[in-house]
Amino acid sequence: MDEAITLSVRDLSTSFFSEKGEVKAVDHVSFDVPHGSIVGLVGESGCGKSMTARSVMKLLKYPGKIVGGEILLEGRDLVPLSERDMSLIRGEEIAMIFQEPMTSLNPVTPVGKQVQEAILQHRKISREEAKKNVLHMLETVGISEPEKRYRCYPHELSGGLRQRVMIAMAMICRPKLLIADEPTTALDVTVEAQILELLRELRDTIGTSIILISHNLGVIAQLCDYVYVMYAGQVVEHAPVLELFDHPSHPYTQGLMDSVRSLRRGDERLSTIPGTVPNLLRLPQGCRFAPRCPMAREDCRSCPPELSPVGDRHLARCPYAGR
Amino acid sequence: MEKKILLSARGLSKDFPVSGKRRLQALSQVDLDIYQGETLALVGESGCGKSTLGRTLIRLIPATSGSISFEGQDISSMSEKEFRPLRSKMQIIFQDPYASLDPRMTVRDIIAEPLETHRVCASAQETTERVKELMKAAGLPAEYLYRYPHQFSGGQRQRIGIARAIALKPRLIICDEPVSALDVSVQNQILNLLKDLQAEFGLTYLFISHDLSVVRFLSDRTCVMFLGKLCEVGSTSELYEKPLHPYTRFLLGAIPGIDPRARGEKRPLLQGELPSPIDPPPGCRFHTRCPYATERCRREEPRLRDVGGRQVACHRWEEI
Ligand SMILES: Nc1ncnc2c1ncn2[C@@H]1O[C@H](COP(=O)(O)OP(=O)(O)O)[C@@H](O)[C@H]1O
Ligand SMILES: Nc1ncnc2c1ncn2[C@@H]1O[C@H](COP(=O)(O)OP(=O)(O)O)[C@@H](O)[C@H]1O
Ligand code: SF4
Ligand code: SF4
Ligand SMILES: [Mg+2]
Ligand SMILES: [Mg+2]
Repeated sequence: MDEAITLSVRDLSTSFFSEKGEVKAVDHVSFDVPHGSIVGLVGESGCGKSMTARSVMKLLKYPGKIVGGEILLEGRDLVPLSERDMSLIRGEEIAMIFQEPMTSLNPVTPVGKQVQEAILQHRKISREEAKKNVLHMLETVGISEPEKRYRCYPHELSGGLRQRVMIAMAMICRPKLLIADEPTTALDVTVEAQILELLRELRDTIGTSIILISHNLGVIAQLCDYVYVMYAGQVVEHAPVLELFDHPSHPYTQGLMDSVRSLRRGDERLSTIPGTVPNLLRLPQGCRFAPRCPMAREDCRSCPPELSPVGDRHLARCPYAGR
Repeated sequence: MEKKILLSARGLSKDFPVSGKRRLQALSQVDLDIYQGETLALVGESGCGKSTLGRTLIRLIPATSGSISFEGQDISSMSEKEFRPLRSKMQIIFQDPYASLDPRMTVRDIIAEPLETHRVCASAQETTERVKELMKAAGLPAEYLYRYPHQFSGGQRQRIGIARAIALKPRLIICDEPVSALDVSVQNQILNLLKDLQAEFGLTYLFISHDLSVVRFLSDRTCVMFLGKLCEVGSTSELYEKPLHPYTRFLLGAIPGIDPRARGEKRPLLQGELPSPIDPPPGCRFHTRCPYATERCRREEPRLRDVGGRQVACHRWEEI
């Protein structure tokens, strides 16, 4: 067992069993989060990023279910754990923040109290000591006047401050792993930049490993050490961040990169990826990206490609992945 | 060619009543010209008044004070009856097309509705033919004619909204964050479409976005808004290359770069919280967050002044 890996997800599969059939939202996904690193999951909406994260937390809502694989937190598999055991791990060892903090905050309880509850759930300490911890954590996440903010209700805070409160709540027990699911998508760029900076600082000072989920390659480029690109429930490419941005190899990753770069340049005509993400109930045979792929050939439509090496620590799910 | 003004606003203000008999100043003394055939981008953080300005300009909501003229006619003082024939010349498309499309109506009926209200076509059959043309222009296959909104992806729904908006051959379209909810690949499809339609139908756009990275492609000029006021207006390329107002610099600097090698570079981060539009700061509204603020900034409000083909509202733009 490699000591340096905080989380190792092996062949994780998660499905939704709907009336229309089995939706394989996460299909044999594997990834590693080395200790103290920030690992990105990127891809268009509906690609399975959030369901991967929720699976790791074992926070899937009915009719979603983990159907296979392992989730190894420092070597211990979370998949077979009971809900009772998981509730001890959630918040204490792994914590998660979401796009819209309002939905995870209680509107009628002051935010400081809520952060305090989070620590009292896991630590046998006095209320006073808990409060001291909370005030310190509020300050750590960049909330000025923590005493005053402690007593505020969620609606009295701006979106950026609410997200900071969520981060404080997630970090209060100093978890090994923080999962941030689109943490800045609902925020303005000015606030986004502050929150990204904060996540980086927390990693540097507390040493928490982070899974950062985003559909925005700019956010990924700012923060991540290693990146996994997801498409239609699968990982289609992964590499260290510089390698991925220098040599995107899967046609899907290339399409995403071209789209962003052409937009930033202000091209006369913007690059696009034609079409949309496929319906998971009607997946194409062979390569799932084939209907949108400019390089698709006949054999792409029959044989599903495997992840294979295209460079140093760099894999892509396409036999024609080029540089 | 002489640039012709299509729409112009002077001293436009909009207050909303809030609890305790106080008023929220969503727009304050805005002067703005939109030229025929251009795309004018309107950018700024959420809550700064972009949507309010867009809606007030086309009289979807009444202004509190100020005047608006469209094609040389003062539309702000017109009665509803006088204004009605002009209404179809100004359309709006929204961020969330789903919320603005009736889920019980087919695409055909959604796009046909404005045609029918204005009795554009002689028969139902002619209307359907016209709907098909509009769908084609918006990049929607005609076989989707009798589908319902929920059967479409986000990008396709935005195309439905666009087809409907161009149905009455408007002059001006207010695009209120039309791509903010879309993934970048699909976002680019819609931006390309808007550009094509502009060329084909001679449209003028006011393109509203809180995301500065999307306006560069489409817009000729950009105006930057902060707390209900314009702080800078200029050609998009100049404004991006050399922002004059401190706020514009922060906004541009905050766009996350897509080069991971450049991330070590410290970016100037905007400090503090957005002040409330209910009790906006005196003097320059940006002074509570501006690193260059002086005593004068706290006292005296900077006016939007012409400076070499651009406009900027800052006392210190020359020194900083
Ligand atoms: N309750 C559900 N029932 C059926 N399918 C679902 C449900 N929730 C999510 N899914 C499926 O899971 C897929 C992945 O969703 P998600 O992980 O939220 O994507 P992302 O976070 O990448 O945008 C979606 O495409 C959707 O088809
Ligand atoms: N109908 C309304 N009643 C009260 N306040 C409103 C109303 N519409 C908008 N506002 C307020 O006006 C300000 C500007 O809002 P808006 O124009 O929607 O901003 P933007 O589009 O830039 O995000 C905000 O503070 C908002 O809360
Ligand atoms: S396998 Fe074929 S269709 Fe799939 S990404 Fe590679 S080239 Fe494109
Ligand atoms: S007027 Fe003063 S406070 Fe306002 S932007 Fe200029 S320097 Fe800053
Ligand atoms: Mg998601
Ligand atoms: Mg708005």
